[in-house]
Amino acid sequence: MEIKKGIGVSPGVAISTAIVLDAETLAVPRRQILAPNVDAEILRFQNALRETIEHLSRQRDDLLANQRKEIAGIIDFHIGVLHDKTLTDQIETEIRTHLNTAEYAVSVVMRKYAAVFSRMADRYLSERVKDIHDIERQLLQRLIGRGRLELAHLTGDVVVIARDMLPSQTASLDKKFVKGFATDAGGRTSHTAIVARAMGIPAVVGLGDITAEVSAGDTVIIDGNHGIVIINPDEQVLAENREAGKRYLEQETQLESLLELPAQTLDGHLISLMANIEFPTEVDDALRRGAEGIGLYRTEFLYLASDHEPSEEEHYGSYADALLRLKNRPLVIRTVDLGADKYTQDKASHPERNPFLGDRSIRMCLHDIPMFKRQLRAIMRASVLGDVRVMFPMITTLMELRQAKMLLNDVMEELEDEGVSYNRDIPVGMMIEVPSAALMAEKFAKEVNFFSIGTNDLIQYTLAVDRTNEKVAGLFCPGHPAVLGLIRDVVRKGSRSIGVSMCGEMAGEPLYTLLLLGLGLTTFSMNAPDIPEIKKIIRSTTMEHARGVARRVMTFDNERQVVHYLRDETRKIDPEAF
Amino acid sequence: MSRPSTHVHSAMPKASRDIIVSNSLGLHARPAMQFVDLANQFRSRVTVSKGGQEPYDADGKSVMQMIILAATQGTPLKILADGDDADVAVEKLAKLFDDKFGEE
Repeated sequence: MEIKKGIGVSPGVAISTAIVLDAETLAVPRRQILAPNVDAEILRFQNALRETIEHLSRQRDDLLANQRKEIAGIIDFHIGVLHDKTLTDQIETEIRTHLNTAEYAVSVVMRKYAAVFSRMADRYLSERVKDIHDIERQLLQRLIGRGRLELAHLTGDVVVIARDMLPSQTASLDKKFVKGFATDAGGRTSHTAIVARAMGIPAVVGLGDITAEVSAGDTVIIDGNHGIVIINPDEQVLAENREAGKRYLEQETQLESLLELPAQTLDGHLISLMANIEFPTEVDDALRRGAEGIGLYRTEFLYLASDHEPSEEEHYGSYADALLRLKNRPLVIRTVDLGADKYTQDKASHPERNPFLGDRSIRMCLHDIPMFKRQLRAIMRASVLGDVRVMFPMITTLMELRQAKMLLNDVMEELEDEGVSYNRDIPVGMMIEVPSAALMAEKFAKEVNFFSIGTNDLIQYTLAVDRTNEKVAGLFCPGHPAVLGLIRDVVRKGSRSIGVSMCGEMAGEPLYTLLLLGLGLTTFSMNAPDIPEIKKIIRSTTMEHARGVARRVMTFDNERQVVHYLRDETRKIDPEAF
Repeated sequence: MSRPSTHVHSAMPKASRDIIVSNSLGLHARPAMQFVDLANQFRSRVTVSKGGQEPYDADGKSVMQMIILAATQGTPLKILADGDDADVAVEKLAKLFDDKFGEE
């Protein structure tokens, strides 16, 4: 049994069999074979072994012919490992006695060795773990072939152990079977965290070397409430955690009893709670948890989930699907926000030097107008099917906003000419997620119908912190007075004439609910699982009290003071909040 | 019959020798491979034992196990062979260490 401490980013307790993804996203699902097929399975392994050795030998000879002795030496070592009878016997035993598939047996045995290697004190030897991963991958590629190792082919419940989940991986995930995530990298607002919360499953990130510690097939407990991962727990720990998981679910059910009650403060102020989604199917869950509509539909997953750019019809189909499920409740569609940490298959091969300051989001769209217009056409066509609102991300200057709005007008005119119906009064909004936009909120408010504050990027750009870099992730704090100052001004200046909502992670964090209420925010959009908790806090306070809290917070000069004070105040009205 | 009495029950001769890892990088990938390649040329079973705080018996014909020995420079090891060519196996294998695997 081994206990690892990380950062709990999505609550709940999951207990299941692990699959381990390496950098190349090889996932080896546990699958059983039938006893009479054991010999055939072993033969399949031996063939893959022979082919790998032949391939490597040719590679080595070529390298030697080209005087590349260093690399040839490494390949020689790989060949030596594949000739290791003890190793191959272990793999064959794994197939014979446990009736595992050849690929699963390879994965289990190699990852055990990898774990031993990575623990070695000698730096040179522990580095050899890379060779072990490499050898494993070579064998697996021969056994399965690259394409079939995707997460989409799971057949049973698993918890996913990975270095970091890439958006393209999570997009193709078979959600039915994934019960939790644990990753080496990441912080509270990493992509893994966002996806896990949206799925309502536990996740722990920032674990350092969890991928080396866990072998495929290990039993793993992911405790997202406490940020703990337990590998191969003993019976007692297993029983305790099953109990904890049950307790958490009971609490959840209790919160869901709030479902029919309005998000209203004790002194009668009504607040709008909306949900953030990535897939139309998530609408049902959002409504079940009390969302009044969708405050943020992240359309980039349409791009990431497939290997081609979505057609206008594919866009339209997704929007229509979401609207059908929403039955006239609002749907805020954010135009595609690709780039930075989210790339299509195609763009991922040309990395930028500084992607977060690069050609991302609205900038990318304005550089690829045909692509952008395809999406805008689909949005406009869908606009007659329900309460559709369109929102542009990452607006930094007025010119960008005007250009985007002009393209939207072009699209409307085209549809007009074609005789296609659309809603010419569609509300047009923008994300406030760059300090320049926050500082110019007054000017922007004259040109849009609503603002939505995106806190993750706003914090990252204000504090100059990469939230996925564990070394500096601690500096990433929504409670930083500079961030709070920007939010206060955006809410104040925007609310005079237009609607202001917040769709960033901060909107779903109970710690900041009182403060945001007090600053005058009236629309909160968050991941659906957070809605009951936020509603509970809203229903436990008065607007007057929240304003007092906000006034006090704005006098502080550092984020620790802010966080401590808010924690105390929130616990006073909701002792179970954290 | 000059054989020691402890070997009476064994059909095959045994041999062993204590050595100290003296090459600077220790028993890393290349030396481990050299050792295993040579060990595989003998019929005898070859075991390499490490004492100390983390004792470990490695199969001298398995490169993975030899690396797991984590035998850095200065580590004392015992090479054991069990089989009809045990004596010559131990002698040749020990020589690899004496020659520092051709490193210097």
